[in-house]
Amino acid sequence: MTKTSEQINQDLLRPVGRTSPRFFFVVATLGLIVLAGFSAWGYQLYNGVGVAGIRRPVFWGFYITNFVFWIGISHAGTLISAILRLSNAGWRRPITRCAEVITVFALSIGAMFPLIHLGRPWQAFWLAPYPNQRGLWPNYRSPLVWDFFAINTYLIGSITFLILPIIPDFALARDKFSGRRKKLYTVLSLGWRGTQRQWHRLETAMHIMAIVIIPVAVSVHTIVSWDFAMTPVPMWHSTIFAPYFVAGAIFSGIAALIVAMVFLRHFLRLEEYLQPVCFDNLGKLLLLMSLLWFYFVFAERLTTWYGNESSEIAVLWLTQRGPYRYLFWLMVGCNFVIPFPLLAIKRLRTITGTFIASLAIVIGMWLERYLIIVPSLSRKFLPYAWGTYRPTWVEITITAATFAGMALLYVIFAKFVPIISIWELKIGERETAGLPQKASEVEVASGPLRPVVRGAET
Amino acid sequence: MAHRWGMVVDLDRCTGCEACVIACRAENNIATVGEEQARKGRAMHWIRVERYYEGEFPDVRVKFQPVLCQQCDAAPCEPVCPTYASYHTAEGLNAQIYNRCIGTRYCANACPYSVRFFNFFNPAWEKPLHLQLNPDVSVRQVGVMEKCTFCVQRIKAAEIHAKAESRELKDGEPAPACVQSCAPKALVFGDLNDPESEVSRLSRSRRGSKLLEELGTQPKVTYLQRDSWNDENL
Repeated sequence: MTKTSEQINQDLLRPVGRTSPRFFFVVATLGLIVLAGFSAWGYQLYNGVGVAGIRRPVFWGFYITNFVFWIGISHAGTLISAILRLSNAGWRRPITRCAEVITVFALSIGAMFPLIHLGRPWQAFWLAPYPNQRGLWPNYRSPLVWDFFAINTYLIGSITFLILPIIPDFALARDKFSGRRKKLYTVLSLGWRGTQRQWHRLETAMHIMAIVIIPVAVSVHTIVSWDFAMTPVPMWHSTIFAPYFVAGAIFSGIAALIVAMVFLRHFLRLEEYLQPVCFDNLGKLLLLMSLLWFYFVFAERLTTWYGNESSEIAVLWLTQRGPYRYLFWLMVGCNFVIPFPLLAIKRLRTITGTFIASLAIVIGMWLERYLIIVPSLSRKFLPYAWGTYRPTWVEITITAATFAGMALLYVIFAKFVPIISIWELKIGERETAGLPQKASEVEVASGPLRPVVRGAET
Repeated sequence: MAHRWGMVVDLDRCTGCEACVIACRAENNIATVGEEQARKGRAMHWIRVERYYEGEFPDVRVKFQPVLCQQCDAAPCEPVCPTYASYHTAEGLNAQIYNRCIGTRYCANACPYSVRFFNFFNPAWEKPLHLQLNPDVSVRQVGVMEKCTFCVQRIKAAEIHAKAESRELKDGEPAPACVQSCAPKALVFGDLNDPESEVSRLSRSRRGSKLLEELGTQPKVTYLQRDSWNDENL
């Protein structure tokens, strides 16, 4: 595709500038579901966490499943975007921002769940280290405290990583719009003028962030896995958990990204920007992660079965043969059997193909988290204390609300920010045209006080 | 020398009468959650009598096994608590500090014995049942964990009593409610640091073993296995 700079501006700023009645309908519908979720949470706060289905011995249920799931989804963006940026993959340009947004929102939603799940959420600030009259720091030996720090670091990092490359686009919006919008974007663009020095600093900052964010992202899901692996619970206490969780997180993250991209492509009419090549390449990555996921599950299950340790076997058979077997095989179907042919056969690895595979994977990865948490807790060591778990309407409503909330945040974000990075796309255009590619040499955000920009040629 | 409180459970003597369970409830202000919640598995029993059946009918044997907090020296519940609510005292008890608990329920998952209980709702005592509450034990709020304390209030009371009389604690003087109410004397409580105490003597028995010892939790409760089931004793 070759498009002029002006065409790109028009196409990508259109969703920001013009609002159809459909937008309000979608926002209202999603908003209602989110409201229902908040009401359910209020009901739980008022009555006690007993209105959820958790019981002894399954003290963790849907909430922690959602926590792990959403933190996993959050690995879509920042990690993928950072790796693709560092490897300078050209096809990343239209997708980096939609990926980074997923990270920020999924992480915010995921981080809410430990609070929803607490018995006394009004005391949640006790997890933070601050000098207090109790003379007590948080217990740094607890994986939950590690979580607290890891998630906050990742959240701050990924917000920075998201906002940095938006600044020039905010400046563009400032220059193109008038009225209230102009005022808004003037504030948001933080005085961006497009000077040499500003470009240089932006590029340096983004490069540093892209490198720093990768170990942070890996550490987050490693620590989430250690919430489980550090306890002597059958089939939790395992060394495989950290890499297994990180791989699963990236797996579900890519799937969520593809789902989001398909919706954006359709509703914002971005067919010419989110081209099949993006889906094809992401599909290949997804295929790799699907194989990796299957490998991890197989390795975990085989060693447990071969080891034949009585408490572990009780959990293993509960999922393989017991009442959880339907969910287990549904998970294998969703995460491997359905996506594998769709992603492995080139003819099927189309936009529709990757979309179906991704939807299956999102469902399958949610099930995976559920099947890691609940069966282990219901078959701990003393058979006299075995038990089951069944979610209540409160947990189901809150879970549904988070999916709606994710979509709502995404829709609103795409209304205020061009969901495809305009200036990065323009650099990509020049790349294909064989022109200089340094951002400082491309006219991307013309401001009234813009000094001479070298190489500008619109 | 500091005390190190421990217990011996003689399975040969336990008749499964559950007097300990009732005594514990009365002593420690354990809330009753009602029929519906109990059916959901939310009943709280700091000590419970597990029943295991062996053999085929009509030759069936029932084994009673009282299970309470094992007061582990390397307790899995302690390091995982983010707020130090689950805490190891100087006398080796696994204390639960209700005021610090925010209800992550992590400790309950980590406990291999499933002896930690959660207040899913605010407890309530219908009048006049509130008059039976033990003033020495705090009532727990919604959202906090609770567990066996080895009746720490009784230990402290005995210590204060002995100090007032300017003497050392006698063996068997502090007794948790379950031990006091055990008619067949299946439960024995005392100081493990005193090699002459009855609990020390019994825990050295060749019948002695620890529950789930293989997990490395180093429990301070010793179970004396049923000798009467050995064929030569029948």
